[in-house]
Amino acid sequence: MKVMLVDDSKTMRNIQKGILAQLGYSEIEEAADGLDALSKVGAFQPELLLVDWNMPNMDGLTFVKKYREQGHKTPIIMVTTEAEKSRVVEAIKAGVNNYVVKPFTPDVLGGRIKETLERVQAA
Amino acid sequence: MDSSSITPFVQSTSNVFEMMLQLPVTVGKPELKKEPEPAHDVSGIIGLSGDIEGLVVVSFPTSTAERAVSLFTGETLEATNPDFADAIGELVNMISGGAKAQFEGKSIQISVPSVVVGTGHTVFGKKDMKGVTIPCSCDIGEFSVEVSMVEWVNATAA
Repeated sequence: MKVMLVDDSKTMRNIQKGILAQLGYSEIEEAADGLDALSKVGAFQPELLLVDWNMPNMDGLTFVKKYREQGHKTPIIMVTTEAEKSRVVEAIKAGVNNYVVKPFTPDVLGGRIKETLERVQAA
Repeated sequence: MDSSSITPFVQSTSNVFEMMLQLPVTVGKPELKKEPEPAHDVSGIIGLSGDIEGLVVVSFPTSTAERAVSLFTGETLEATNPDFADAIGELVNMISGGAKAQFEGKSIQISVPSVVVGTGHTVFGKKDMKGVTIPCSCDIGEFSVEVSMVEWVNATAA
C-alpha cells in the first residue's frame, strides 16, 4: 500500500509513519505542502493520502480540490487541527473521504485508515 | 478578555498534553500579562485572525521543552535542532486549533507556527492587546500558555 503524507510538520509525518508501520504500511512518500504533494503524486501514484489543512505555499484544501480536478479517486483523509463542523463539511465537499482531528491517538488514526479503505473497497 | 475566552485554551492544552504526551496538566490561576514580560526559553507562537485577532504563545523552560519534545517525537533532540522547533510548533498548533474550535459561531483562522529559542526573549503582541498568562505544570516541569486577543464585536455568526 503506497501512502503519501502531506504535512508541513516533519514531527507529524514521523508520528503518522510510525502508526502506518504498525499497520504494516511501509511504502511512504512525504510532502511538505500541497504544491510539493502535487509535484510528487504523478510519480508516486499513492493509494491513500493523509493531508494536513494549514500549510504554507498551498494548503490542504486547495491541494484536495486540485487533485480531484485532475480526476484522481484515491482516498484522502484530512488530518488537521481544524475541528469545526463547518470545516469538516467544507473538506468533505472538496472531496475528502474521511477526517481526523489533531490531537489523535494511534488507535483513532489507525481505525480511521482501516474504515476509509474498507468503505472505498466496498463502494 | 473574560474567563470564558480562557477556558478553551486551558481545555485544549490539557487535551493535547494528555493525548500526545500522556501527561496530565495542572493549571494554575490565569493572570493578566504585564508587558513586557519575558517568556520562558522556548516559545511556540501562533497568530489568530478573523473574528478574533490575537496571539497564542506556549512557552517552556528549555529542559521542559526538551522533555516534551522527547515524549512527543520519541527522539532526543537538542533545542538547536530544526526538528525540535518543528515539534514545539506542532504542539502550539494543536493547542490553538483545539481552542479555536470551541469558539462557537466565530470564524477564526490560525497561522502556521513560529518558534523562538533563546533565554530571556520577549514576545510582543499587537499594542493595546490584553494578554493573559495561564501557568501550567506537569510531571516534566512548568510551562505557560499566554493568550492575547481582541474579539471583534461585529463577529459574524456561523
